[in-house]
Amino acid sequence: MILDSKIPTGPLDQKWGKYKGDAKLVNPANKRKLEIIVVGSGLAGASAAASFAELGYSVKVFCYQDSARRAHSIAAQGGINSAKNYKNDGDSVHRLFYDTIKGGDFRSREANVYRLAEVSTGIIDQCVAQGVPFAREYGGLLDNRSFGGSQVSRTFYAAGQTGQQLLLGAYSAMMRQVGLGTVKMYGRHEMHEVVTIDGVARGIIARNSVNGELERHFGHAVVLATGGYGNVFFLSTNAMGCNVTAAWKAHKKGAAFANPCFTQIHPTCVPVNGDYQSKLTLMSESLRNDGRIWVPMHKEDCKKDPRQIAEEDRDYYLERKYPSFGNLAPRDIASRAAKEACDEGRGVGESGLAVYLDFADAIKRKGYDAIKASYGNLFDMYKHITNENPYEIPMRIYPAVHYTMGGLWVDYELMTSVKGLYAAGECNFSDHGANRLGASALMQGLADGYFVLPYTIGNYLAGEIFTKPIDLNHPAFVEAENIVKERFNKLLSIKGTRTVDDFHRELGKIIWDYCGMARTREGLTKARVMVQELRAQFWKDVKVSGTTDSLNPDLEKAARVADFLELGELMIVDALTREESCGGHFRTEYQDAGEAQRNDELFAFVSAWEYTGDNKDEILHKEQLVYENIKLQVRSYK
Amino acid sequence: MKFTLQIWRQANNKAQGKMVDYQIDNINANMSFLEMMDVLNDQIIRKGEEPVAFDHDCREGICGMCSMHINGRAHGPLKLSTTCQLYMRNFTDGETITIEPFRAKAFPVLKDLIVNRGAFDNIQAAGGFISVSTGQVKDANNIPINKEDADMAFYAAACIGCGACVAACKNASASLFVSAKVSQYALLPQGQTERNERVLAMVNQMEVEGFGSCTNTGACEAECPKGISISNIARMNRDYISAAISAK
Repeated sequence: MILDSKIPTGPLDQKWGKYKGDAKLVNPANKRKLEIIVVGSGLAGASAAASFAELGYSVKVFCYQDSARRAHSIAAQGGINSAKNYKNDGDSVHRLFYDTIKGGDFRSREANVYRLAEVSTGIIDQCVAQGVPFAREYGGLLDNRSFGGSQVSRTFYAAGQTGQQLLLGAYSAMMRQVGLGTVKMYGRHEMHEVVTIDGVARGIIARNSVNGELERHFGHAVVLATGGYGNVFFLSTNAMGCNVTAAWKAHKKGAAFANPCFTQIHPTCVPVNGDYQSKLTLMSESLRNDGRIWVPMHKEDCKKDPRQIAEEDRDYYLERKYPSFGNLAPRDIASRAAKEACDEGRGVGESGLAVYLDFADAIKRKGYDAIKASYGNLFDMYKHITNENPYEIPMRIYPAVHYTMGGLWVDYELMTSVKGLYAAGECNFSDHGANRLGASALMQGLADGYFVLPYTIGNYLAGEIFTKPIDLNHPAFVEAENIVKERFNKLLSIKGTRTVDDFHRELGKIIWDYCGMARTREGLTKARVMVQELRAQFWKDVKVSGTTDSLNPDLEKAARVADFLELGELMIVDALTREESCGGHFRTEYQDAGEAQRNDELFAFVSAWEYTGDNKDEILHKEQLVYENIKLQVRSYK
Repeated sequence: MKFTLQIWRQANNKAQGKMVDYQIDNINANMSFLEMMDVLNDQIIRKGEEPVAFDHDCREGICGMCSMHINGRAHGPLKLSTTCQLYMRNFTDGETITIEPFRAKAFPVLKDLIVNRGAFDNIQAAGGFISVSTGQVKDANNIPINKEDADMAFYAAACIGCGACVAACKNASASLFVSAKVSQYALLPQGQTERNERVLAMVNQMEVEGFGSCTNTGACEAECPKGISISNIARMNRDYISAAISAK
């Protein structure tokens, strides 16, 4: 496998312009004859599908939910970054680029990140034109707030429902195309295979979840926009259905999987409540604009009513350790600091695995109404879950799995190592390095869909205008469908004793304990064996109910967990191989007084893993990260 | 806590459905309603039977996928809450809880508690958008919008498309859903160009899909988990009349 990132030559700020100027075009009459498959209908998928159809391509979109509008982008709360500099506070494309690279602990590609910052301004324009109701100031202009890892206010938002509003914007643009007949929507469909012919992606096998039928679909190009793999941890802030299946199947068909161990543990989530818990809920990072994070200075105060703990007996540890960024330190750092405080025995709540996020000062300073206007829905959500009123008593929060920076390896054009197969949004690895900054996921999803793919896919499809739609009875389609069929039959035929959730929970605990916020060589080595054994046991002893030819959520879940059991091992192997600490990847052996210690000499590369067969070691390919414009530094937020 | 659950079981779209009783015990008050359903399903699976199929995804009240009619109310007893945001502490120990799918002609049952809400997508495709293609736009701050209008548009846009309004309505009208989208765009300068065509197309599609008419009962507003105001329906009706009269 040869990985060519295809980064255009020339100065950083001219690369994207040069690429667009040189890219091949497809004439409108030919576009109509070209079919594109988009899997996933979140920000990246919906925006890409709408934009492709507007250009004139024929598009098919698949999602596992009943409607495209439900993709998990909808749950993003805080906001979207853009280098508009509307606040006149010194922001610029270069500064957003730099903050993002630094936030990612210098493990992402300069050219990709620069392009992201560059197109970020167009995203806001696009969304406003679609009628996305962003928050505004009294003068009628757009409002901004700050997010972690930056010292400017560049985050656009719509209360605590920014993801919802942006997704509904992209969804409306896509539904317009559905109405025009240029996009065909397949809800309640899950992709289970990529069909390749001579190493080129030519379609997919999808399962209609309503009747269980397997369907063959041809495409001149296939775009995966299927989100991240955080649900490998069982408990995460992802939606229950989020899964790695599409990306993993692509990986098995030759798409390299990059940096799987780069996962983001978000510092502000509602803490785990009991063994029955099915998922975790995020409390937006925007809360850290006004909320102050603290734990009691002394262990013996941990069970007290926080309001009775005197100011001098509180440890505002982020403000203490990182005075220049304070409560807005990046996520990986804030999460680790919370874990440290709890490990020292200063955690609060029943489990001792929580810290306070306190709004008392902000309410005093800005007033109840102002806080309600900014965070009302988040406070309501917190109250719903915990039965406590955060206007009166500090929130209790703890880190939880939230986002995965790793994903399918893509080149500058967002093409994976399989020709004609693309990956966009969280599903690819390209822009966030080892840690994603807040409000950057929405930016990246929409950048990929609205402004990057519509150009890069044309450059590829220009060479496909003579490719006639391939007969769905082609052996490659038949074979791919058979693989899926056998797999489902196998899952149902085991008739073992343990439920799918049993296995998922156990896998999640292994990954959380050994490949979570702190990782060690010993722990990872042990965890790898545990996952291998668990996987073997799964295929011997799983109990799946129902049949293949009906709506069967248990079977759908079983198929997803089977893939998580394979991915989990690769995450561990990747974490073992990367003998340094960077961003969200914290190897306990490599630290400098609690701060991540990178090793740029040996590890300034992207790990891209090549699948070699079931239960075989994958091959590591290294894409060296070349920094021509910025200097690698120790990432300091002090 | 323990409960008797009466749950609608229906094998598929064609099959006859019926209510089936289940007993459940050892339920923690801080469990969410759907976690209680997970526990129930776990027991059913271990017995070798088919678990209850229900729609759910984000479990934080924003995706709009969950859709249960609990004790005769869309999304259950709690105001401003989706099914996934209910907790067992919202119920009484020993209570009998009935759980049915959202019922409406335009929302056919697919299995157990799962219904097909594709009609909402069709209404959206008929006109729920502003016709602007990627790149055809000017700088965002060239469109100043009065804060109050922007806020009102946002409140309308907060609709999660769950269908509780339809399930709650005795006529199974989709007026609250449709009017929320119509209002969001009607309140914004960007939405003016297609304002008339939009309301005509969306209301027309609502009828095509088989939803009933609005008789201003207000059940939709009362049960809406996002507190979408019925005043949006008034706005939609005004817009509809005005558009119908001025139709070319």
